[in-house]
Order: sequence, then structure tokens, then C-alpha cells
Amino acid sequence: MKAKHQRLVLGVLALGAIVGASGLALSALKDQAAFFYAPGDVAKLGLPLGRAVRLGGMVEGGSIKRQPDGVTIRFIVTDGKAIVPVSFKGITPDLFKERSGVVAEGEFRPDGSFEATNLLAKHDERYMPPQMAGKMVETKKPKL
Amino acid sequence: MIAEAGLAALWIAGAIAALQFALSALGIARGDPEVQDAVRAVAVVQGLVVLLAMALLMWLFVESDMSVLLVATNSHSAKPLIYKIAGAWGNHEGSMLLWVTILGLAGGAVAILERRLEKATLVATLGAQALIALGFYAFLLFSSNPFARISPAPADGNGLNPLLQDPGLAFHPPTLYIGYVGISVAFSFAVGAMVMRDVGPAFARAMRPWVLGAWIFLTLGITAGSYWAYYELGWGGWWFWDPVENASLMPWLAATALLHSVTVLATRDGLRAWTIMLSVIAFSMSMIGTFLVRSGILTSVHAFAVDPTRGSFILVLLALYIGGALALFALRVGTIRQGSTFELISREGALVANNLLLSVILGIVLIGTLYPILAAGAFGVQLSIGPPFFNKAAGPVALVLVAVMAAGPLVRWRRDDGNMVISRMLVPIGVACTVLAGLFFFAMEAGLLPILGIGLAAGLAVASVAPLWGRNLRRTPLFTYGMVLAHLGIAVSLAGMASETAFTKQTLIAARVGEPHRVGPYTVTLQGVTPVIGPNWSALEARLKVQRGDDAPFTLSPQSRFFSNPVTVTSESAIATVADGQLYTVLGQPDAAGRWQLRLWWKPFVTLIWAGGALIALGGALSLIGRVLRENRTTLREARV
Repeated sequence: MKAKHQRLVLGVLALGAIVGASGLALSALKDQAAFFYAPGDVAKLGLPLGRAVRLGGMVEGGSIKRQPDGVTIRFIVTDGKAIVPVSFKGITPDLFKERSGVVAEGEFRPDGSFEATNLLAKHDERYMPPQMAGKMVETKKPKL
Repeated sequence: MIAEAGLAALWIAGAIAALQFALSALGIARGDPEVQDAVRAVAVVQGLVVLLAMALLMWLFVESDMSVLLVATNSHSAKPLIYKIAGAWGNHEGSMLLWVTILGLAGGAVAILERRLEKATLVATLGAQALIALGFYAFLLFSSNPFARISPAPADGNGLNPLLQDPGLAFHPPTLYIGYVGISVAFSFAVGAMVMRDVGPAFARAMRPWVLGAWIFLTLGITAGSYWAYYELGWGGWWFWDPVENASLMPWLAATALLHSVTVLATRDGLRAWTIMLSVIAFSMSMIGTFLVRSGILTSVHAFAVDPTRGSFILVLLALYIGGALALFALRVGTIRQGSTFELISREGALVANNLLLSVILGIVLIGTLYPILAAGAFGVQLSIGPPFFNKAAGPVALVLVAVMAAGPLVRWRRDDGNMVISRMLVPIGVACTVLAGLFFFAMEAGLLPILGIGLAAGLAVASVAPLWGRNLRRTPLFTYGMVLAHLGIAVSLAGMASETAFTKQTLIAARVGEPHRVGPYTVTLQGVTPVIGPNWSALEARLKVQRGDDAPFTLSPQSRFFSNPVTVTSESAIATVADGQLYTVLGQPDAAGRWQLRLWWKPFVTLIWAGGALIALGGALSLIGRVLRENRTTLREARV
């Protein structure tokens, strides 16, 4: 192989790798990207059924209820506009508490409730998920 | 006074970095050897002065000087000493100071140790180092001053995030930073070589130890971080595809590719432009990593502070450095002469395949990490990308890479015969197929990807020691052993990952005292929950009697810890490590009926993941020692001639 040709072939291969990576990534993105919902979005966008999503908001005060099996809890997530009842089976994260931010991963059920497979609570007192900070600011905006 | 001295040291170090850059520019422009010698000395002094600033900050933390804002917001006098010391970098400003300290020390080390490189190239390298450091000094001094005072001084501090109060804090951030900075040194070499039009085997040999060293530390840092998250967060997972983890994985992938291509350049004088490009990419990845972690746009324990000006500052630095590097590459790529060529089936060909596949994985991880941020910024869409995306997109590519990796070392340089390669691969392929068939037959439920993973790991393990067959083991060079160990480490780690994914047993129970529960081969009985007191926390501790078959029972004690500074509850998991895996236990909350939530996992061979990581790093270390010894011998021989 001529020297010039080899460099050309390598360049084409590298380009192919980039295109391949993007193609793979985009095709996986199409069906795997978990969208982030606030309770208020559900009314606006409809229920995303059969697909893993994240639900973020505040845990409503006094809403955490332990179920008789000892490992399931139910609570209500609110963003000030709407509420979503959530059930979760597992040990809640250390910083999960009422009137505090939470992001739940899981799926909506047809009745509009949410079944969480994982809960993410804020890690320290100073921290609020940017995704949530945005949603919270949105609800505080005065309605014109 | 100490804080003021620290700030002064930081300003002086910044000024010295400016001097270092100016001198190296002058030295190159004039070709003046005296000025060039001065650059070396200046680089050493810069390293020492910035080290002084870091030492003073650590001193402030140890003394618990609450009149310093950073200490007051991040430390507490009742904290154990090790967390006072390590707490100096358990926050935004301190960790950036650590970054630039390591950068300064690395520059000093280059100035002292590097003897083989053309002097002008070395000076250009040190100039590039100084330019990188300048940006970070500006960042610290103008937007993240670690030595700012607070008046009046509070009686005591806010304390350190309890999740960070762990021996991991003393080890994980410094190793990772050494890795990031090591890559920046490799990049500076590439800039030096581009500026001086000196891209060739000599430059590759000078750069290789730095790439190797950075790669070893990145490997260690990622392995340590993974194990830390595994036992500290109490979720039982070892990799979450969290953007912060990706921020460390991307430089590692780029450094791995660079490590292999720089070998081609050093041994065969091929892949010149490609190697330079890779070092630009690797550096960009470590900059993006720093940006992602330090800008506060990510949601994790690493996002110490959310301050938009800092984010924009780092973003501007990022754009300048990466843009500058790419522009220099575009200007000089024409002057990089074509290296020697090779056939498709050759060691070089295998290494090109390795590089391309690593680049594809890197691209996927990069897209998956940045896409949510871009989508939020550009379209206002909130979305998050999790493990399903990465596993689906990157998993298959990684398995192909493992197959290439098994074959690579068995292929000869320059040209080889395809049939000969296959005949050398017969044993590993046989082993892989046997294991695959066995798993498909007996453990079909494990899932396709994990089964393929275990089968390939078995094949790779055999293939990676194959280069030692039929060789005189005492005359085999150290770096060959290094390669064998590192590849074996990948096989070990892959086997652990696949086994953990496929065979983990978990259960979640509300346990009554005295009631036995089964998980995997173990029977776990809650015997009681008692309060215990630690240095700066109190806790509820469960006593779990654990028994496997008829073996002697032992006790595991997971805790739920309460910290008062700041007020936080954390779960301390209790883990039993045995030869064939780990039993992982977490204590949850009690309920009204007196039952306690317990989460139990049996994870077969999970420890192989980190053992593999340690093997990879050890292989890297052997290889580094072997290379340095050989270089020294060659230098001595040349000196004698």
C-alpha cells in the first residue's frame, strides 16, 4: 500500500468510527432516553406509559405512608401544580424525607400513579437537582 | 497570617507560571540555550511554590481556622484528623488547588527528569504546561479563592458531607487528579512536538512514560471510586453510568487508546498524526471531565457548589484550550510526515482496530453524557440517560474490543499471515466456546450479554498469557509481563462484572428479631439493633447472624449513622468478603410492629471487578518500570559511545 493511501484509509476508518458511534448512540437514545417529568407535566404532555421515566418534585408533608408488608411505602410528589401518588418498594435513601426534593425513577401506571424502582434524594443541604430547581422556579413564576 | 501567606504563594506561583511561558516563548523564538535552561529551573520553582500554597491550606484545615471561609463552610473541629487533612480537597476550591498543585509538580518533574528529548521541544512542552496552569491559577484567584476570610469568624464550621467522611476521600481524588494532570503533560509534549515540528519516535518515547503513568493513576482512581461508591452509597451497585463516573471513564478510554498508539509510534514510527490527535482528544476529555465535575451542572456528591460564573469560567478555559489545541493541530498536521506503513493483518493493524473501537465507545459515552446537558440548554428539554442506553450502545462494541484485544498480542509487527494468527488463537477460542456452551446449557437465564462477557473473559484470560508460551521467562522483558498482566486484569474485571450482573441474588425484607432469611447460599438472622457512638456520629447498629450451610456462623453489623455537622443520616453497609463473592447488607428503617427493613445481596465474584482493576494498574506499573529501565540502559550505552 502506498503511504498516502494508508493515511487516507486510516482517516476514512476514523470517520467511519465517528459515524458508527453517533449512529449507535442515536439509535439507542431514541428508545432509551428517560424523560424527566414534574407532576404538572403529566396533564400537559399526557401519561408516558410503558417506558422508564423520572419523576421529580417535592415529597408532600405528611404523605409518607408505610405499607403493612414493612418494605413498601407510598407518598405524594408535588410541584405545586399537580400531585402524583408514588409507591416504592425498598429502603429509602438517607436524605429522603417529607417537604424535601426527590427524583423517582420508574414507570407510570394507567391510573396516573407512579411505581418507583429507585429514589434519588438530594445529597446535601445545599444541593438541589438542577432539573428540579428549574421546575420549581417555573411554578413560582407569577401567572400573567 | 497563614491564609494570607497561602494567597500570596498562589499569586506568586501564578506569576512564575506567566514567567515560565514568556521565557519558553522567548527561548524558542531566539533559540537561546541559556534562556531555555532557565525555563527548567522556573518550572521547578513553580511546582514548589504552588505546593507551599496547598500545604498551607491543609495546615488551615488541620488547625480548624474558622476565620477562613472555606474551612468554616466545609470543616468542623470535632472531625477526625484524616478527614481534616483530606477535607482540604473535599470541596470545590480546595480540589481545584490540588489540581493545579499536581500540575505544577508534574511540570517540575518533567523539567528535572526528561533528558532524552530535544531541548527546544522540552522548552516548548514546559511553555504549554505553563499556559495550562495559568488558566487554572486565574480560575482560582478570580473566582474560587480558597484562602478568603470570613468576618466575624463562626464558633465552629458546618462540617464535611458525611458521605465524603471516608478513607476513600484521602485516596480517590488525588489519584484521579494525578491521572488527569498526567494526560495534560502528555498533551504538552504533543504541543511541544507540534510547535518544534519534532513528531517522531524520540518524542513518543519521551511521552510514553507520562501516558502510562497517567493511565495507571486513572485506572486506580476509577477502581477506588467504584469500590467507594459501592460500599458507601448502600445501593449495591459498582457503576451507575453517572455523568461524574463517565467524566473519569472518558479520559481513561482516550488514554488507553493513546497508550497503544504511542507504542506504535515509538516502536515502528507509524501513526504519527493519529497519536498527536489522540493526545489532543485525551486532554480534551480530561478538561471536559474537570468541567463536568467542577462546574456544578451535574447532580451528584461531586457538585460541591452551584455557581454559574464558575461554570462559565471553566467553559471558557475549556473552549480556549481545546480550540487552541485543535487549531495548532490543523495548522501543523501538514508538516507531520507520513510514518512507516504496515499491512492490514499486523500488530499495527490490531492496534488501529483497538484505537477505533475505543474511540467508538468514547464517542458513545460522550454523547450519552453531554446530550442531556445540551438538550436542557438548547431546547429546554429535561431528560436523563441511564444505564440501559450505555449498556445497549457501548456493551456490544466493548465485547468486540475484547475479542480484538485477545488476538492483538499474538499478531506480529508489520505483516502476518491470517491463518497463522488463527492457529495461534485456537486454544483461547476453544476455551471461550466451551465456557459459552456450558453457560448456555446450564445458566441460560443469566442473559445474553453477561454470558458472552464470561465466555470472552475466559478466552481473553487464556489469550493474554499466550505471549509468554515458549519464551524464556527470565529473559522476557518486564513490559511484556506488564502487558500480559494488564490484559489479564481486563479479563478478570470483565468476568466479575458479568458474574455480578448475571448471578446476583437480592432480597428486601421487614425482619423480626430471631427470624431467619435466605439470600443466595446464606441464612441471615437479625439478632437485635443497638445504639453505638462514634467520634462525630451516633448510630443504630444491627447484629446479623450469618451462616452458610454448616459453616461457623459470623456477625455482620450494618449501621444507620446520624451526623450532627451537618445533620445527615447515612447507611453504613456491612460486607462479608469470601473467596467466591460478597454478602452485602444494609439496614433500613424500623416500622411500628418492631420489624426492621433489611436489604441483602449475594454477589458472586463481584470482588473480581476491583481485583482486575488493581491487576491492570499493576501491569501498567511493571510496563512503566520496564520501559524506564530500558531507556536508561540505552542512554548509558549512548553516553559510552
